[in-house]
Amino acid sequence: MARSTTTKQKIGWTIIVWTIALAIFFPVIWTFLTSFKTEGEAIANPPVFFNFDWNLDNYKIILAGEANYPKSLMNSIIIALGSTLLGLVFAVPAAWSMAFQPGRWTKDILMAMLGTKMMPAVGVLMPIYLFLVWIDLLDSRIALVVILMMMNLPIIIWMLYTYFKEIPKDILEASRMDGASLRGEILYVLVPMAIPGIASTMLLNIILAWNEAFWTIILTTTSAKPLSAFMVEFSTKQGLFYAQLSAASVMAIAPILIMGWFSQKQLVSGLTFGAVK
Amino acid sequence: MKITKGALMGATAFAAIAAGMNAETITIATVNNGDMVRMQGYADDFTAKTGHEVEWVTLEENVLREKVTTDIATKGGQFDIMTIGMYEAPIWAKNDWLVSLDDMSAEYDINDILPAMRGGLSYEGSLYAAPFYGESSMIMYRTDLMEAAGLEMPSAPTWDDVKMAAEAMTDEENGVYGVCLRGKAGWGENMAFLTAMSNSFGARWFDEDWNAQFDSEEWASTLNFYLDLMNNYGPPGASSNGFTENLALFQQGKCGMWIDATVAASFVTNPDDSTVADSVGFALAADNGLGPRGNWLWAWALAIPAGTEKEAAAKEFVEWATSKEYIELVAANEGWANVPPGARTSLYENPEYQKVPFAKMTLESINSADPLKPTVDPVPYQGVQFVAIPEFSGIATSVGQEFAAALAGDKTAEEALAAAQAITTREMEKAGY
Repeated sequence: MARSTTTKQKIGWTIIVWTIALAIFFPVIWTFLTSFKTEGEAIANPPVFFNFDWNLDNYKIILAGEANYPKSLMNSIIIALGSTLLGLVFAVPAAWSMAFQPGRWTKDILMAMLGTKMMPAVGVLMPIYLFLVWIDLLDSRIALVVILMMMNLPIIIWMLYTYFKEIPKDILEASRMDGASLRGEILYVLVPMAIPGIASTMLLNIILAWNEAFWTIILTTTSAKPLSAFMVEFSTKQGLFYAQLSAASVMAIAPILIMGWFSQKQLVSGLTFGAVK
Repeated sequence: MKITKGALMGATAFAAIAAGMNAETITIATVNNGDMVRMQGYADDFTAKTGHEVEWVTLEENVLREKVTTDIATKGGQFDIMTIGMYEAPIWAKNDWLVSLDDMSAEYDINDILPAMRGGLSYEGSLYAAPFYGESSMIMYRTDLMEAAGLEMPSAPTWDDVKMAAEAMTDEENGVYGVCLRGKAGWGENMAFLTAMSNSFGARWFDEDWNAQFDSEEWASTLNFYLDLMNNYGPPGASSNGFTENLALFQQGKCGMWIDATVAASFVTNPDDSTVADSVGFALAADNGLGPRGNWLWAWALAIPAGTEKEAAAKEFVEWATSKEYIELVAANEGWANVPPGARTSLYENPEYQKVPFAKMTLESINSADPLKPTVDPVPYQGVQFVAIPEFSGIATSVGQEFAAALAGDKTAEEALAAAQAITTREMEKAGY
């Protein structure tokens, strides 16, 4: 009896979870399907799901056009990786000091850092824009790497701080007693133990930087244009080009979606780390 | 002989080096629409002629507007050429943000530009943006439904004709609505349509002393007529319909009439995308016998920001892209129906172009709009479906939200007009008018 109830519950939960998952993933599936349709089929009412003439024309048009997909892909990789790695350089020591050498203001500093994430980005647009004009770094990858690093730094520090808190202090103390320098303690003792945490922090931040579409669109024109700006080029009010826009969207999100797919174990463990305490 | 050959080779090499030294890479910000994307495909022709390379930044209209405005206001210098509209041209020229284009070459034939376009893109008599293509608005209607209803659309209808046709073509059971109009809030969405429509009802945004006029009889009759049309003969949920949504509805045969941009004519008559391609007729936008018709005037034009280091190369590009030769180049490769319309008089005098079905109606629509004298009563501003002052886009978007609320049934016409009057008066006072 108990067993049948469990099975029923299991079925119920499976249906609920699948429904939610499908609802969340539906826009992506729909974009994927639309990218293989003609513009007429893309706006057909009632909508067509699978019974249309699948073709690759939209992808061909995009690759033959002026938008330069390979260059944007390269820019996205450099900006996402660069900002994440640079973020770690600052975040690892910061999280170390907050986790192992907390001071009187540590908690407040952590909250204040998180507070900066509550501020709308547009609030600092003009100073940053003018500063970049002044130092001649508009439309440069280095500017985006630094800005996205600063945007995501609070999240990186918070995540690393949570991981580091789980590492027993005694191990670090033991290494110190064995004569390890501060640098040695962080690099050779702390970091290797926190590798899973650092990896999931990196993954999440690469995803955040990849999907960032406010600064990347406003601060780039041609040379530093990443995939978010590439995708925007296909959005238009004059005429219906949903199929083409869908193809551009698929090309922009495919790399990060595939990366997320393969690393979902690390991502999930990273995001739920410490949640059961 | 040997010396001559050597001298020739030397001279050629020198010329090539000299040309190479002058060759620049210019960056152009442009909107994502058919004609502009087509121009990108022909840029090789420009590079072959001048040696200058071209880099493109293609963006959706609103993103483009934000980006180029930020860039020009902060002197960011990211662009050598910007695609701007008729709204920005006089405002930016007044701020000294643009390079004057009065000194184009004699072959360019600046006097060939359609007078309405030239007027709208000029400031104090000087041209500041060269029209790449121009458009107005007109009525696109279903000839088959009109025939079935036993009606005939006059080529220059009145608003009463429009109402009669809308009533006759509405067949809600079969999902056909008599008229589809813009309802989505925005200065370039419902307010473009309603401002142009209000001109034909004798209304105006401001009197000569910049006092808001939404409390006038004329605005009341404009809005009431619009709401009556849309509530009785329009599609459901019209307050979220803009150009794109109405285009989709018309192409699927769900609208008897659609009053919108002339550029849509080529979309609705394209059998690949439109289910009603064979039965579309065109007529001038309606009037009320007062003079102005309810059609707008718009141009996407190329302008050069003041302060660019590549002004000479940029001017060469603007001259090439908006020349008669460019039109001939497109016509030779893709046919006359695909050339950028609405910019040059000579195009409409060309017998080949006259064969294009919507050519005549587009020209007549453009010619019937006067951006320098858009209304029945005198006004202190320029612009047909907009008021060419920097504050307009913000004010009109707020007013558009009030009118969209009236269309959705959340407010009465009187409430919406009173709110519009209050918003406009407040913002104009704040701006110091």
